[in-house]
Amino acid sequence: MKQYDLVIVGGGPAGLAAAVSAKDSGIDSILIIERDRELGGILNQCIHNGFGLHTFKEELTGPEYASRFIDQVMERGIAYKLNTMVMDISPEKKVTAMNREDGMFEIDAKAVILAMGCRERSRGALNIPGYRPAGIYSAGTAQRLVNMEGYMPGREVVILGSGDIGLIMARRMTLEGAKVKVVAELMPYSGGLKRNIVQCLDDFGIPLKLSHTVVDIEGKERVEAVTIAEVGADRRPIPGTEERYTCDTLLLSCGLIPENELSKSAGVSINPITSGPVVNDSLETSIPGIFACGNVLHVHDLVDYVSQEASSAGKNAAAYIKNGAPADAKTVEIHPVDGVRYTVPKYIRPSEMDDNLTVRFRVGDVYKNCCIATYFDDALISRRKRPVMAPGEMEQVILSKAKLSEYPDLSKITIRIEEGE
Amino acid sequence: MYDVAIIGAGVTGSAIARELSRYQANICVIEREEDVCGGTSKANSAIIHAGFDAAPGSLKARLNVRGNQMMDALAKELDIPFLRNGSLVTCTKDQDRGGLCALLEKGRKNGVPDLRILERDELAALEPNIGDDVVCALYAPTGGIVCPFHMTMAYAENACVNGVTFFLNTKVTSIRKAETGYTIETTHTDTGEAETFLAKTVVNAAGVYADTFNNMVSSHKIHITARKGEYCLLDKDAGTHVSHTIFQLPSKMGKGVLVTPTVHGNLLVGPTAVDVENKEAVNTTQDGLDALSRTASLSVKNLPMRQVITSFAGLRAHEDGDDFVIGEAPDAKGFINAAGIESPGLSSAPAIGEMVAELVRGLLSLSEKPDFVAERKGILRPETLSMEERNRLIRENPAYGNIICRCEMITEGEILDAIHRPLGARSLDGVKRRTRAGMGRCQAGFCSPRTMEILEREVPMRMFDITKNGVGSNIVVGVNKEI
Repeated sequence: MKQYDLVIVGGGPAGLAAAVSAKDSGIDSILIIERDRELGGILNQCIHNGFGLHTFKEELTGPEYASRFIDQVMERGIAYKLNTMVMDISPEKKVTAMNREDGMFEIDAKAVILAMGCRERSRGALNIPGYRPAGIYSAGTAQRLVNMEGYMPGREVVILGSGDIGLIMARRMTLEGAKVKVVAELMPYSGGLKRNIVQCLDDFGIPLKLSHTVVDIEGKERVEAVTIAEVGADRRPIPGTEERYTCDTLLLSCGLIPENELSKSAGVSINPITSGPVVNDSLETSIPGIFACGNVLHVHDLVDYVSQEASSAGKNAAAYIKNGAPADAKTVEIHPVDGVRYTVPKYIRPSEMDDNLTVRFRVGDVYKNCCIATYFDDALISRRKRPVMAPGEMEQVILSKAKLSEYPDLSKITIRIEEGE
Repeated sequence: MYDVAIIGAGVTGSAIARELSRYQANICVIEREEDVCGGTSKANSAIIHAGFDAAPGSLKARLNVRGNQMMDALAKELDIPFLRNGSLVTCTKDQDRGGLCALLEKGRKNGVPDLRILERDELAALEPNIGDDVVCALYAPTGGIVCPFHMTMAYAENACVNGVTFFLNTKVTSIRKAETGYTIETTHTDTGEAETFLAKTVVNAAGVYADTFNNMVSSHKIHITARKGEYCLLDKDAGTHVSHTIFQLPSKMGKGVLVTPTVHGNLLVGPTAVDVENKEAVNTTQDGLDALSRTASLSVKNLPMRQVITSFAGLRAHEDGDDFVIGEAPDAKGFINAAGIESPGLSSAPAIGEMVAELVRGLLSLSEKPDFVAERKGILRPETLSMEERNRLIRENPAYGNIICRCEMITEGEILDAIHRPLGARSLDGVKRRTRAGMGRCQAGFCSPRTMEILEREVPMRMFDITKNGVGSNIVVGVNKEI
């Protein structure tokens, strides 16, 4: 059996940043396992710009952003295997993987970082009624076909869901010669970034219909028409509001689901809200020595935050490899309430955490002129005004170790959305 | 001149083709879809019924029980995924207990072995998620689950190996009596080219269209109604929610909504039963999908309907007489119907194949083929091998080390096998039904571009000609900026 100090499952932005950080923290025996043909993950199909504004202070395309990290991995001589699928991870951190050259093989790892990313919600999972013809694609599948293979999946397009990939693909399909007729969004607000709505829909005159969904798909062989309808507060279609669009393509951008099948087989606890592992301040899962970062942990809006988070996971995994698991430390749970859907991490250990810890979360609705309030037990610690908050954009709170040390008997932290100044 | 022309390559036509391929005869199968198993056989409950439902003395009853008995040997011979998981017909009201006892009695008359009624306590121990209102159930240990795709393909592939010729994408437009036998006019669904087949005998296994063909040659008209059934398929995470096939006490519209594990480990909920005018109406409906979860929850509790990964609809070929119509049309010598094959059609297929083959053998005085190959191997599933065996396989053929479908862990080796075996896959759905690539929780989001590359290279075919499931269902329409 092969042995590595650290096995990183996934060579996308999270896996790459985690590897670089672990190496820089003194770990030499690292293996990145990537199932695709090249490092970089989904960034390779994201040929639009807008990546890296936070990390590099410049606007990069997805492949450019990925290449910055790939270069760092190469410079450090970190080992990686491409076209290799991890088949299983055991609770003892035995990783079983397979590829054409090595066959099926096992690796004994001291620590594992989960960085498998996410998948798109499919038509089936949305349970949209109608026929099942060709011409229904998830936005990401269409993106791969167009941007990496050079093939157009259709001519006349309706898009359901206003997630970022759907918005980006509305623009891409238009630029490549297709007619995007409408983007329908079930919720009364978009699930994507504001800048994408402006740059990908508004600038091209593509209508966005909020509180609308697809109620029928016509066409036995290939999509011929899609009917959308307005939905009420219960998100059920309102009879009489149907509008039929002739089209040959329906793209779906209705949410991303962290891919945690391997995590589950290892026995890692999953947060039902994020569909990602429950982690502590080290981004360590319920199994000591197994860490998680990037979209497998929770779906991010910006890759810059993925890189930051992954860097932290790499550093923490390195510490675990060098020092082993810390002695039992006091753990405090963060309670997300009143509009805060979840937090990552969910648990913190004041004695072990960094001086400043970024806690990320998403809100459950659109909030205008509200505050993010943080409480240590009943004491208000911080209150930060936010002009607009929306589910499509991640929010954060920074917890300071110094501040926490003033509350030695702390039993819980609460983060909530409050009205007013 | 063919000795036998079989119309339809569903499970019925394919079973008949295979059973007839035992004999020295020139046989063809004519199918309008691009693949075998393209109609009703691909969208049903995937159940091998025990045989207690149909009226004693009916063809449905006799052939169901016989078909069920044949399944163990058949599954072994043709390498078909099949499991006797046992079935339960649940009863939610004490006053309906009479109906359950009547079913038990009917089953005994039909010759179904080991039937008995289980009371609530025993039932709850057997199936912890049984509905709270269920008071008792009829238990049939011989009930089973099967992969209908593999069953149909196994029959068709084995028939093909034994010399039966399959004409796919070939739609029958007319059948008329000729001097000897019948003249069958067809149109190719892609090229539009006409082709005429001459056959001494015709077997009509055309599913919901069997009435059309019978009525072209016989004055003994039959009438088939398409009765739609909608289904939801749930993630493998939900696959152990029940271990038996859970039926509800039948009504006159069908057997009610069932909840069953599939032979591949998913959970299947369905079907609804609605008669439709359009025999192509395989669309799902909001009402149908809503009704499923509502109705299913009567027999099984805590159904995780949020874990639905796909939904689909199939059409039952319901004949007015409420029984299978099998045999030579009285006024059309050599024209043999296998019509009205609705539930329990899949379960009965082995027995229908046997019965129709025997009929045709008698009509044509066929003699046995000395070199008949009875066995067929399915697509090798590497996951069934030990790591050592798997590594030997990968050394021999590295494609078995390359995962294409990450949800179902399907390798390139399996996809190559699916393409290159007899009657091999030519479409994404063809690959999917043979290998399960694309049948998992992401529903082909990740693997379809990879599978398309393999089809392009291996068939070979142009990217633009690759379809989801045949003529007109092309995946891509052009290259960037040229559409």
